[in-house]
Amino acid sequence: MSDIALRMEHIYKKFRKGETYNSLRDLLPAMSGKIFRGQELDSSNQQEFWALQDISFEVKLGEALGIIGHNGAGKSTALKILSRIMRPTKGNMIVNGRLSALIEVAAGFHPDLTGMENIFLHGTILGMSRREIQSKLDQIIAFSGIEEFIDTPVKRYSSGMYARLGFSIAAHVDPEVLIVDEVLSVGDFIFQQRCIERIQSVIKTGTTVLFVSHNLKAVTEVCPRTMLLEHGKVVAIDQTDVVARRYLGALPEAEEGNKPVYVSKACIRDRAGEQSTFESGDTAWVDVEITAQETVERLSVVIWFTDDTQYMIFSTSTERLGLAPISLLAGERYRCTFELKLNMAHGSFHLGSDVFRYDRQMSYDRHNRSATIFVGSTMAVRGAVNCFPTVIESEKIANSSRLCEV
Amino acid sequence: MIAELKELYKYRELLYTIAYRDIKVRYKQSVMGFLWAVLMPILIVMSGVVVRYAYAMVAHVPLKSADIASVAVKSVPWAFIVSSIRFTCSSLFANYSLVVKIYFPKEVFPMAAILACLFDFLVAFLALSILLVVLHIGWSIYLLWVPVLLAVIILLCVGVGLFISAASLFFRDVKYIVEIFLTFGIFFTPVFFDVRMFGNNAKWLMLNPVAPLLEGLSTCIVRHQPPDLSWCLYSLAFSVIAFMGGFVLFKHLEPAFAESI
Repeated sequence: MSDIALRMEHIYKKFRKGETYNSLRDLLPAMSGKIFRGQELDSSNQQEFWALQDISFEVKLGEALGIIGHNGAGKSTALKILSRIMRPTKGNMIVNGRLSALIEVAAGFHPDLTGMENIFLHGTILGMSRREIQSKLDQIIAFSGIEEFIDTPVKRYSSGMYARLGFSIAAHVDPEVLIVDEVLSVGDFIFQQRCIERIQSVIKTGTTVLFVSHNLKAVTEVCPRTMLLEHGKVVAIDQTDVVARRYLGALPEAEEGNKPVYVSKACIRDRAGEQSTFESGDTAWVDVEITAQETVERLSVVIWFTDDTQYMIFSTSTERLGLAPISLLAGERYRCTFELKLNMAHGSFHLGSDVFRYDRQMSYDRHNRSATIFVGSTMAVRGAVNCFPTVIESEKIANSSRLCEV
Repeated sequence: MIAELKELYKYRELLYTIAYRDIKVRYKQSVMGFLWAVLMPILIVMSGVVVRYAYAMVAHVPLKSADIASVAVKSVPWAFIVSSIRFTCSSLFANYSLVVKIYFPKEVFPMAAILACLFDFLVAFLALSILLVVLHIGWSIYLLWVPVLLAVIILLCVGVGLFISAASLFFRDVKYIVEIFLTFGIFFTPVFFDVRMFGNNAKWLMLNPVAPLLEGLSTCIVRHQPPDLSWCLYSLAFSVIAFMGGFVLFKHLEPAFAESI
């Protein structure tokens, strides 16, 4: 029992969709109508819907649990219930220890106050004492990286500076349970990476973390275990790569329909067979099979990889690789295999496939996610690609000597 | 209720910080700065003097300095009550993102609004004491009643403020109703007049819980007499009940704030 940091037991949350009486002017006539004419106060247009249905899960002390799900799946509602901003309609929950929610990093800021004043304001809002803030002031300012503007009113800050200062304060609260909701959607790539590193170091100190993000790469980096929510229900709680695959599989795909030619199969495999987990630098094979339903000419097969943000990191095709265009008669099938060296860094990547006719720039059957792979890397590299770095020279340089003579 | 008050005590630094923010922002934004705190009391005192002058004209008696002092002594706390209620009414909306996003006892918002008004009140009270010295009102042992009566006024404001801030969140028109009461309240409260002027009907005016407190302040500061104890006890009882009722209601409704705002 004592090693449980968080537990939700059969939590339900109901919201009203329709109009509610939010002024006395509307409520009083409605009430008198009820009293004098026996009408129901709750009019029938008040539809209800369940934002959360039977949510049960637990998080052990020091564990990091990811929460993923499409928009409207109930992630934020679940977090608001955990952080006691909302009360569940039914169900119990237990929270052990000081809980801090990084739901919106700069919610407590006042635009007219300076950065310094806002550190104290937002810090106390997040539950720190003034003395605690005073002792961490230098760290907070240093982490935010905006020392020179600390005495400027925050209304003159850029949105990135705003977010950096907000995250920096929140990251120094030292809670026992930390809830992180989409804070990574702000700030540039470098800042996002620093946030992830900070969260990782917070986990190392034994803090329990609940991490909500649409950025699957970030979730895989931070959380070994992840929960998938769909329409207010827990669909899966498992290892992150298993859940992430399930989540991506739930995406709507293009339909076969009456296309003249379609991709009938596209998969990625290693020597043993179909595979989704690779190590950086592994060799992999992509099998693509296309089927023609009509006579089609001058085709080529295109494959590509995108990362979680839909950014294409790699693309090739049979035509680019020097193969002649393919022509198929109705009912004919064609198969090709690409051999690839997976020089990606750690992360999840999505295989896309298409049948393309270059001379007409025509796409026949585009699949953005034919398969998803997870590339692990034991090497200390970050980013999208692995350049397999090594340090071949390293020495201290005396002041007088120069590395490059001009 | 005890546990909730304990939690509030734990968050007292937040209360001070938010009040400090409100004060700082208010003084930073307005060019007048310090004048902001005394502007409304000055206006109320001046209108009171005009009203008192009219009484004196009708009654064919000269306007005494004690009358002006009495109006001033009652106007400054009245200005505090009006601005407290006005600011608490909008305090939850003004902090929308915090109400929706972060957990802590939400009563700090109305309470901080009152604390910020209290700061303005203290500034105005300082100005008032200078006026009292100029008017040669003098002093007596009964001045010790002043902090007690002020404490009851603050308690009353907090109680009513908690009730109104929660109500205004669920019913959008509460703030207009409150505004009407604040505008016309001065006619039902002995600020420009003394309840003694009404003879036997005075007791009906004293039913307004603010009346015994303002009358009490005027009695002990200007007339150097103890306040009417039984009516003050009535106000105290009213304030304690208002505070407890307001607090319990506020805490009861608090979990629904994030959905309703």
